[in-house]
Amino acid sequence: MVSKTTGAFIDMQQVTKRYAGVVALDDVDFTVMPGEIVCLAGENGSGKSTLIKILAGIEHASAGEIYINGISHKKLNPRVSSAAGVMVIFQDFSLFPNLSVAENISFSTQLREQRRIFNSTYAKNLARKALERIDVDIPLDAPVESLPVAHKQLVGICRALACDARLIIMDEPTTALTEREVRSLLDIIRRLKSDGVAVVFVSHKLAEVMEVSDRVVVLRNGKKVADGPASDFDAASLTRHMTGRDVIEAQPSPLAADAKELLVVKNLNKTGVLTNINFNLKAGEVLGLTGLLGSGRTSLAKAMFGLTKADSGTLTLDSKKIALGDPVATAHAGIGYVPEDRLTEGLFLTQSIVRNVAIGRLDRHQKNGFLNINNLISEATDWLKRLKVKTSNIEAPVKSLSGGNQQRVSLARWLARSPKVLILNGPSVGVDVGSKAEIHDLIRDLAQSGIGIIMISDDLPELLATCQRILVMRSGEIVDEIDSKSTNEEQLSHRLAS
Amino acid sequence: MKNWFPKGFFSRNETLVAVVIIGFCIIATISDPLFFSVTTLSDLLRASIVMGILAVAVMLVLVSGGIDVSFTAIAVFAMYSSTLIALSIWPEMPWYIIFAISISIGAALGAINGILIAGFGLPTLIVTLGTLSIFRGFLLTFIGSERISALPPEMREFSRMMIARGTTESGNFYSLPWAFAALILVIALTWFILQKTMLGRAIFAIGGSHESARRIGINVKATQFFIYVYVGMLAGLAGIIFGSMGRMADPFSLVGWELSVIAAVVLGGARLIGGYGTLTGTLLGVALIVLVQNSLIVIGIPSTWQSVTIGVLILVGTGLPAYQAKRAAAKSA
Repeated sequence: MVSKTTGAFIDMQQVTKRYAGVVALDDVDFTVMPGEIVCLAGENGSGKSTLIKILAGIEHASAGEIYINGISHKKLNPRVSSAAGVMVIFQDFSLFPNLSVAENISFSTQLREQRRIFNSTYAKNLARKALERIDVDIPLDAPVESLPVAHKQLVGICRALACDARLIIMDEPTTALTEREVRSLLDIIRRLKSDGVAVVFVSHKLAEVMEVSDRVVVLRNGKKVADGPASDFDAASLTRHMTGRDVIEAQPSPLAADAKELLVVKNLNKTGVLTNINFNLKAGEVLGLTGLLGSGRTSLAKAMFGLTKADSGTLTLDSKKIALGDPVATAHAGIGYVPEDRLTEGLFLTQSIVRNVAIGRLDRHQKNGFLNINNLISEATDWLKRLKVKTSNIEAPVKSLSGGNQQRVSLARWLARSPKVLILNGPSVGVDVGSKAEIHDLIRDLAQSGIGIIMISDDLPELLATCQRILVMRSGEIVDEIDSKSTNEEQLSHRLAS
Repeated sequence: MKNWFPKGFFSRNETLVAVVIIGFCIIATISDPLFFSVTTLSDLLRASIVMGILAVAVMLVLVSGGIDVSFTAIAVFAMYSSTLIALSIWPEMPWYIIFAISISIGAALGAINGILIAGFGLPTLIVTLGTLSIFRGFLLTFIGSERISALPPEMREFSRMMIARGTTESGNFYSLPWAFAALILVIALTWFILQKTMLGRAIFAIGGSHESARRIGINVKATQFFIYVYVGMLAGLAGIIFGSMGRMADPFSLVGWELSVIAAVVLGGARLIGGYGTLTGTLLGVALIVLVQNSLIVIGIPSTWQSVTIGVLILVGTGLPAYQAKRAAAKSA
C-alpha cells in the first residue's frame, strides 16, 4: 500500500523545524519511492540531520505533514517509525559494544514484537538470516566492540533488515571506510535495492555514493535547493548547490627545484607493523601518504612522531637526528602531528577555542614557573585570526565549532610553534565540501612558506589537489611512489586497491 | 587444552579471583588445618548472605552504567522501621509479613532514587550520595536512634530456622540458616531477569550505550526506574535479614558497608563504565571479601590489615586485566 497521490513510501510535505528561534528546516518537501536510492546532500548545519531525526521520530516537526506508506503521522516516535519500516543507521551505528552480534541485530526486532522473554536461539536465527541476506559472514557470538568499523556498520545494516526495513537511512556511511570497504557497501546497497528496500544516503562525501544513487536532494541552510535525478548532477554542480558558490580546487603548487632536504626517514622498522620505511621530504613539499585502513599509514605517523617506539631506524630533521619514541623531543625538534581523530586525540573539546591553541605554547610564555597569560592569549588569538577560524567568541568551547573550524584550531596550535614538518592525519575527515577546499588552500599556503607537510589521507581527490608526491602503503611497507602530476583519480584508486 | 576453557578464560576477573580464593584457602589450611572444615564453610556462607544480596543489587546498577551508594541506608531504614512497625502494631506479626514490609519500604525508597535518576535524568552517583545522607538522617531524626534488642519474637524465630546444623567429629558446631535460601532465591531471580528477559537485556543495552538504547526504542526511563526499585527491594530484604540474624535492630549499622560491597562487585569483573558484570564474578568477589574480613587472622595477618588487603586485591584484581588489555592494544597499534 503506497500513497494514493504520489506512490511514495515517504512523503514529507512542507516540513519545518524550529529550535528555540532558529529555523533548522524551512518548508522542505521530501519524498522517497519504494526501492529508490536517494542521496541527501548538504553541508554541516544544512538541516539534513534534522530531517532524518524527524523521520526517525527522534525530533518532532514544528509544522508540515509526514506520510509513511500513505498513512499520515502526526507525531512520530522511534517505535512508530521503526514499525513503519524506517530505519536509521547513525554515524556511530548506535550499537551496543558489550553485546554480541546476534543480540545487536535482533534487539529491535524482539522489542517490536513486544517480547518479554529473551530467546537467544531466536535471536541467532534472526541475525543469521539478516547476515545471509547481504551475504556476509560475521561470528554471531563475537562482542561488537571487537569488530572492525566496517563490520560494525554491516551489523547496523543487518539490524535494520531484521526489522523488515523498507527504508534504510545511512548517516555518513562512508566516513570511516576505506575505498574497498565502500565498494562492498555499495554492492550491498544494490542488493537491497533489488529487494525493494529504499536507501537514503546522508553524506558530504559525494563521489562515492553518486554511482548508486537514483536521485539527489540538496539542502542548504534548512531549505531544499535542488532535487533531481542523479544523472543531472556532477561533482561541480553538487558542490555549487551545497555551498551556494563555485568551489574550485586548485592544483598542488610546483616544488622549487632547489628545495632543500628537510626530513629523512631511514630503515624504520617495527615488528609486525612497519617494514623498512625509507623516504625523504623537502622543504615546501606536500607528501601524500595513503593506503587502505590497516596498511600502516597511521602507525607510521605515530612512529615518526614518537607516540609508539620503532624498533630500529633513524629520523633526521635538518641533518639532526631525532630520538625515536619521544613525542616531546620530536615536537621540540620541529615536527608537529595533527591526529586523525581530533575529537578524541587532538582537542580538549570542552575547553575554549583560544586555550586549545595556547596549550601548545605554555612553555614559551613562562618565566620562573609563572605564566604570562596576556602574551599567551594574544599570540593564540593572532593565530586564530590568521587561520580564519570563524567564531564570534574565542572563549566558546571548541566543540561548538564546525568540523572545518575545529581542524583549523588543531592546525593553529601547531603553527604557533613554527614547526618545520607537519604530519596531518586525515585533515578533512568530517569537514564539509566548502571548508575542505579552504583547508586545502591553507595546506598549500603552508607548504609555500617552507614547511614540509606529510598528508595522510584516503581521499584521493584531496591527495591529488594538494600533494606533489604520493606514497602508497600496504601491510606496513611503502609499495609505490607516485608523481601526482602523472596520475588521475582512477589510476590512483586502482594502484591503491591492487 | 584448546576447547576446555572458553575464550579469554585466563584473562577474566572471575578466574583471577577464583585462583586467589583457592590460594588463600590452601595457605590458610597449611597454617591451621582446622580451617578446612564444615564449620569454616558454614561461617563463611552465613557471613555472605547479607553482603551477597547487596552485591547482586549493586551489580545490576553497575551493569546499567550507574552506581548506587544509598543501598546501605535503604537497608537499615527498611529494617529499623519495619521492626518498629511490627513492635507497635502487632508484636506477634509473622516474620514473612515483617519481611514484606521491609521489602516494600525498600522499594519505596528505591523508587525515590528511580524518580530522581530516571525521571529527572540526574547523575546516579550524585543522587544516591544525596539520598544516602537523607535516608540515614531521616531515620535517625524522625524514626529513632535507639538500638532495639527486644525484636519481635518471629524475627528471632526466623534466625533460628536452620537448613542444617550439627557438630563435627572434632567437636565444632556448625549451622546454616534458612536465610541462606534468600540469597539463592535472589541469585536465581536476578539471573532469570538478566539473562532471560528483554528487561534484563535492556539493562545490559543501556549500560553499553545509553543513547543507542534510546534510539532503538528501549524504554530507558522505565528500565532505570525498575533497576532502582529492585535494588531498594533487595536492600530491604538484606536489611531485615541482617537485623534478624544479628538479633538487634541497630539504626547505626550497615551504613559504611557501601564501599566493601562495591569493591566485591568490581573485583568480580563488573565495570564502572557499565555494560559488564556477571553473577558468578560478583559472588566470587563477595566470597573473597568475606574470606578476607573473617579469616585473614588464620594465615597470620592481623585483622587491622583487612582494608589494606582488600585495597591491594582491588588494585591487582582489576588493575591486572586492565593493564593487560592496554598492553595488547599498544602492541596492535
